[in-house]
Amino acid sequence: MTQDPESIRAAGPTSPLLEVRHLVKSFVRKRGLWRPPSVVKAVDAVSFAIGEGEMFGLVGESGSGKSTTGRCILRLVEPSSGEVLFRGEDVLQFSRPRMRRARRDMQIVFQDPYSSLNPRMRAKDIVEEPLIIHKMGSRIERRERVADLFSLVGLDPDHLTRYPHEFSGGQRQRIGIARALALNPALIIADEAVSALDVSIQAQVVRLMLELQAQLKLTYLFIAHDLRLVEHICSRVAVMYLGKIVEMGDTRSLFANPTHPYTRALLSAVPMLDPDAPRQRVPLDPESFDRETPLKEVGAAHLAAV
Amino acid sequence: MADALLDVRHLSVAFEGPRSTVTAVDDVSFQIAPGETLGLVGESGSGKSVTAFAILRLLQPPGRVTAGLVLFEGRDLLTLPERGMRRIRGARISLIFQEPMTALNPVMRVGDQIAEALIVHGRTGARERAVELLKAMHIPDAERRVRDYPHQLSGGMRQRAMIAIALACHPALVIADEPTTALDVTIQAQVLDLLRELRAQYNLALLLITHDFGVIAEIADRVAVMRRGRIVEQGPVRQILRAPTHDYTRTLLAAVPGAEVSSPLTS
Repeated sequence: MTQDPESIRAAGPTSPLLEVRHLVKSFVRKRGLWRPPSVVKAVDAVSFAIGEGEMFGLVGESGSGKSTTGRCILRLVEPSSGEVLFRGEDVLQFSRPRMRRARRDMQIVFQDPYSSLNPRMRAKDIVEEPLIIHKMGSRIERRERVADLFSLVGLDPDHLTRYPHEFSGGQRQRIGIARALALNPALIIADEAVSALDVSIQAQVVRLMLELQAQLKLTYLFIAHDLRLVEHICSRVAVMYLGKIVEMGDTRSLFANPTHPYTRALLSAVPMLDPDAPRQRVPLDPESFDRETPLKEVGAAHLAAV
Repeated sequence: MADALLDVRHLSVAFEGPRSTVTAVDDVSFQIAPGETLGLVGESGSGKSVTAFAILRLLQPPGRVTAGLVLFEGRDLLTLPERGMRRIRGARISLIFQEPMTALNPVMRVGDQIAEALIVHGRTGARERAVELLKAMHIPDAERRVRDYPHQLSGGMRQRAMIAIALACHPALVIADEPTTALDVTIQAQVLDLLRELRAQYNLALLLITHDFGVIAEIADRVAVMRRGRIVEQGPVRQILRAPTHDYTRTLLAAVPGAEVSSPLTS
């Protein structure tokens, strides 16, 4: 069973910047000594759309396929099938040079600020690199742009020539954001971009991302496992479980009225800050639902696979 | 507190470098009563894990306790001979680490690792007891699971196996250093439920080290907030969460997404 794209669009934005349709990524597990080869569908017919300027949350636990979905959109991992429409054009049909140009508009910020920056490059060179790759501007113009980006993300221009190890985790993530913004993209895929940071630093980086969203009209695909954070900053959210979106909708409606058994179990497991709040754990019974059930409307702008 | 199980007084730990000395723990004092859970919260580098290691005398040089007392059941652990300390570690006080995959021995069966804890402390019937312990951790099919290696278990099951090792000798105090940080939230909820259940069953005292106020609210009786090696505020969990008096505690709480305190994300 596949999801009906009409119903997805009904619950989504009218003119999406990004639209993902029936995206599938399967990995073949090679045959072992005693084991025949098998196919794992890491992303299984995922469809969603993100409107211009929207912060869209994609949540799930480890192994749910949320990061693979993000990477498939940029074709950092080549999807097995499906469509990824960016401004109405299917980027999966693009040639390599065309795809490279398209990536000016679609950038990614990775989770780990330690491994995602080259330790042997100076901060200014890390931020400048995308401009060089895409042959943007003269050397002087690029240098000015890097300085502008530094102040845009709240980094001290005196630190331009420092190496990554001389920055704290939060500052490194700002370098990663500056690098992603260098080419003036329309879409940022933030793959657990603040998960590795301490909460006070996380709050600062999230605030920066929200400011940039307003200032630069950025659209975000915010991939995260932290439900409290997503509830707080995303306007719409999709919940992934074992490669499929099991529930999607307006953040307020989804958190107030979780409908899919997995969403219910997930939300009930989030620790609450009030020690006296009644805790009602909903255990997950994988037998209680059929993984093949398509999404259907369960409320205004709210879909669930029930 | 006269009846404290653990009484840490004016503990200081320094790391001496070639040019400078860093004070990682600076005049830290707290008590834990039998059966009580103290949450030690702070951000990375605040000194919370170093405090735990100092209590168990597991600090690696150049780290060294420069001042203070660690009274456990009335005796100062810092002046105990190493032999006496070995009888306490794993038996009276045990430790649960954040990352079960690196804390468990990858080439040793889970059951043997639980049994090892018992054999080292001279207990008999270790094998049967290992199965019992895994059962108590709600691991299904425990008889078969004791023969598994750590890589054959899921993340949540590995953490349960580690808790089983920690509880094997009926300790009075368990120090849990970010016990659920590496786990998915549904698995975290199960592990917290298990800790809560075991705490009641064995009248276990818990020193829970975490950066997550959500985990604190779920399980702690009292909270101590650490910053740059110092405890800036401590008190009952409701008081700290609802009416923090120190600015740093307020900042930390406000940074938690969805906190009731005015959040810096929306204001």
